[in-house]
Amino acid sequence: MNQGDILRVDNLVTSFDTEFGRLRAVDQVSFTLGKGRTLGVVGESGCGKSVTALSIMRLLPKPSGVIESGEIRFHGEDITKISNVEMRRIRGKKISMIFQEPMTALNPVHKIGKQIQEVFQLHFPEMGKQETMQNVVRSLKDVGIPDPEKRINEYPHQISGGMRQRVMIAMALACRPDILIADEPTTALDVTIQAQILELMDRLKKEINMSVIFITHDLGVIADICDDVLVMYAGNVVETAPVFSLFEDPKHPYTQGLLSSIPRLETPRKTRLPIIEGMVPSIQELPQGCRFQNRCPDVMEICRAQSPEMTVVGQDHSARCYLYSNP
Amino acid sequence: MNHHLLEVKNLKMHFPVKDGIFRRQVGVVHAVDDISFSVKTGETVGLVGESGCGKTTVGRTIMRLYEPTAGEVILDGKNLMHIKKKQMRDLRKTMQMIFQDPFESLNSRHTIGDIIEEPFIIHGIHSPDQRKKEVLKLLDKVGLPKNASSRFPHEFSGGQRQRIGIARAIALKPSLVICDEPVSALDVSIQSQILNLLLDLQKEMKLTYVFIAHDLAVVKHMSDWIAVMYLGKIVEYTDADSIYVNPLHPYTQALISSILIPDPRMRREKKIISGDVPSPITPPPGCRFHTRCLFAVGKCRCEEPDLEEFTSNKATQQHLVACHFAGKLQLPL
Repeated sequence: MNQGDILRVDNLVTSFDTEFGRLRAVDQVSFTLGKGRTLGVVGESGCGKSVTALSIMRLLPKPSGVIESGEIRFHGEDITKISNVEMRRIRGKKISMIFQEPMTALNPVHKIGKQIQEVFQLHFPEMGKQETMQNVVRSLKDVGIPDPEKRINEYPHQISGGMRQRVMIAMALACRPDILIADEPTTALDVTIQAQILELMDRLKKEINMSVIFITHDLGVIADICDDVLVMYAGNVVETAPVFSLFEDPKHPYTQGLLSSIPRLETPRKTRLPIIEGMVPSIQELPQGCRFQNRCPDVMEICRAQSPEMTVVGQDHSARCYLYSNP
Repeated sequence: MNHHLLEVKNLKMHFPVKDGIFRRQVGVVHAVDDISFSVKTGETVGLVGESGCGKTTVGRTIMRLYEPTAGEVILDGKNLMHIKKKQMRDLRKTMQMIFQDPFESLNSRHTIGDIIEEPFIIHGIHSPDQRKKEVLKLLDKVGLPKNASSRFPHEFSGGQRQRIGIARAIALKPSLVICDEPVSALDVSIQSQILNLLLDLQKEMKLTYVFIAHDLAVVKHMSDWIAVMYLGKIVEYTDADSIYVNPLHPYTQALISSILIPDPRMRREKKIISGDVPSPITPPPGCRFHTRCLFAVGKCRCEEPDLEEFTSNKATQQHLVACHFAGKLQLPL
C-alpha cells in the first residue's frame, strides 16, 4: 500500500445466490484510492459498480450477497474481516455513502433535522442535545440550504429533489468522513441542479480533505470532477487510468467505443453516431474468454479462448485486453 | 417547398389543483402557457428544458391525450381541436408517440407480435396473414430478430424494448412521431444505437419528429430546430446550430454552460444558476426566469417579455427569444 492510499481493494469477488445459482456480480476488482483524490467508477447498468460500493460499505443485501474473496483495506485494515459492530463504527463516520434517489434514501415520516441528528447520536453519544442541534443546523448550512433552522422541521416531501440531495450530503458528511462513496448522486437531477451539486461536492471535498468514489454512467461527470477513473464492464475492471490519459488515449476497445458514441456539441447534426454493436452479456451466461468479445471491433481468436489480465499500458494506466499483452 | 406538417398555435394546458375533503379547486398548474411553433415535413423540432417545464405536456397535448385549455394544433392542415372523437381516431394513425420508459410502455402479458400487430387491428388494416407479414417486416426494420415476435417484453433488454416501442409507433406509417425522452432510460452504449435508428427511419419514411429531451447534446444532434422551454413557456427558438453558437436567453446560456463535456481538458467555470425552478402553480410575475436570472432588473420582475424575433446581422435563420435584454447579455462562459 502506497503512502497516501486510504483504501485499497484487492481481487474483490462479490457474488449473489440466485435461483440460477451463485453469480459473480463483481469479479477480481482491484483499485486504490488516494487521500484527497476523486476516483470515478464508470460503467453501464449491471457492470458491478454499485455492488463494488455496497461491498466496501458492507451493505450487500442479505443473505444473498456475499464477499467471496479478496481484501478491502481501509487505513491498512481489512474491513471484510472485522465484526459487524466494528463496521458500524466505520460506516457513516469514516466511510459514508449517498445514493441516486434521495427520496428513497430519506425516511418520509421523520423530519429532516431528526434524521441528521441520528447520525450524531449514533457516532457521538456523549454529545449534548443542544450541541447536536447546533451541529445539525451547521451541517445543513454547509451544504447551502437556506434557512436551516426552519428546514430541520420539514419533511423530505416538502423540499425539492436538489435540496433532498443536499440533505443526503449533509447527513453523509456530518461526521467528516475519510471517504465518501457517491452512487449516481446527480443522475435523477436536472442539469442546472446537477451543476450545483457537483460544485458543492467539490468544495466540501477540499474543505474536509476527503477522498471520493464517484459512481456514474455519465462520462461528462467523470471528465468534470474525477482525478482517476475505473472503467467496469460485466463485473470486471477493464481499464484504469488518470482522467486525462483515459480521455486522451483510451486503450480498451470498450472505453474507445463509449467515448466515440456520445453525441457531442461539435458532432455534425443528424449524422449516424459510431456505435458499440450488440449488448452487455448477462452475468448468467458470460462467454468464455474476454467478456467484451461479442461487441469488440478488434476481437481476435485468443479473446474467445481465454480471459485477458490487466496489463500496464502507460503511466498508471492499465487495460484488460490482448491488444496490449501476450497470452 | 416544404409545408408545415404541424402547427401549434398559442397552446395552453392548465391542470386544476384540487384539495380538501370536497376536492375544491384551489389552484391551477400552468403546465403549458401560450406556446406556438411549427414543424416542416421531414424535419425535427427539439423541445428541451428541465423537469416541470411542460415539454412532455406539449407532446401529449399535441396527441390530444389531454384536452388543451386553449390554443390550436393543426396537423397537415386539419385543426385537431375542431375534430370529433371518431375522426380523431383516424387521425391518430398519422401521429404516434415513443415513450421514455420501455418497461412501462409495453404490456407485459402480450407477445411482441401482439404488441406490434395491435395498431393494425385497431384500425382494421390488412388481413390477419398480411398483418403477421407486416410485423416481421417491422421487426427487421428496427433490428430485432424474427423470433422476437412470439416472445414477451421481459425477455428483452431496455434497448430492445425501445426498438419494440419504435416498431409499434411506425407500424401505421405515421407522418408525425413524438419522441418523449426516447433514450434517457438507456445505457450509454445503447443510446447511440437508438438515435441512429431514429435518424435512419426519419430519412427512409420522411418522418417528422417532435423530439423531447433534457439532454442538450442529444437534442442538438437530433434536431433541426430547438425550442428551449422554461416553466411552461418557450424562452428561445432557433435552429439547432445557432442555439449553441449564439444563445441569447440567459437561461439557454446557463443550460449550455452546465453541459458536462466528456473531455477533462474542457473543464471550466460553470455559470451556475442558483435556486430551483419555481412552482408552476404560482409562476413568478414578469419574466418567469427572473428569480434565477443573474441579470434581472426591475423591469423583469413586473413585465413579461414576449417571444420576439431577434434580428442581427449575424443571424440568417429565424431566432426568437423572450428576454427584455436579448443580445445585450452575455454570460462569461
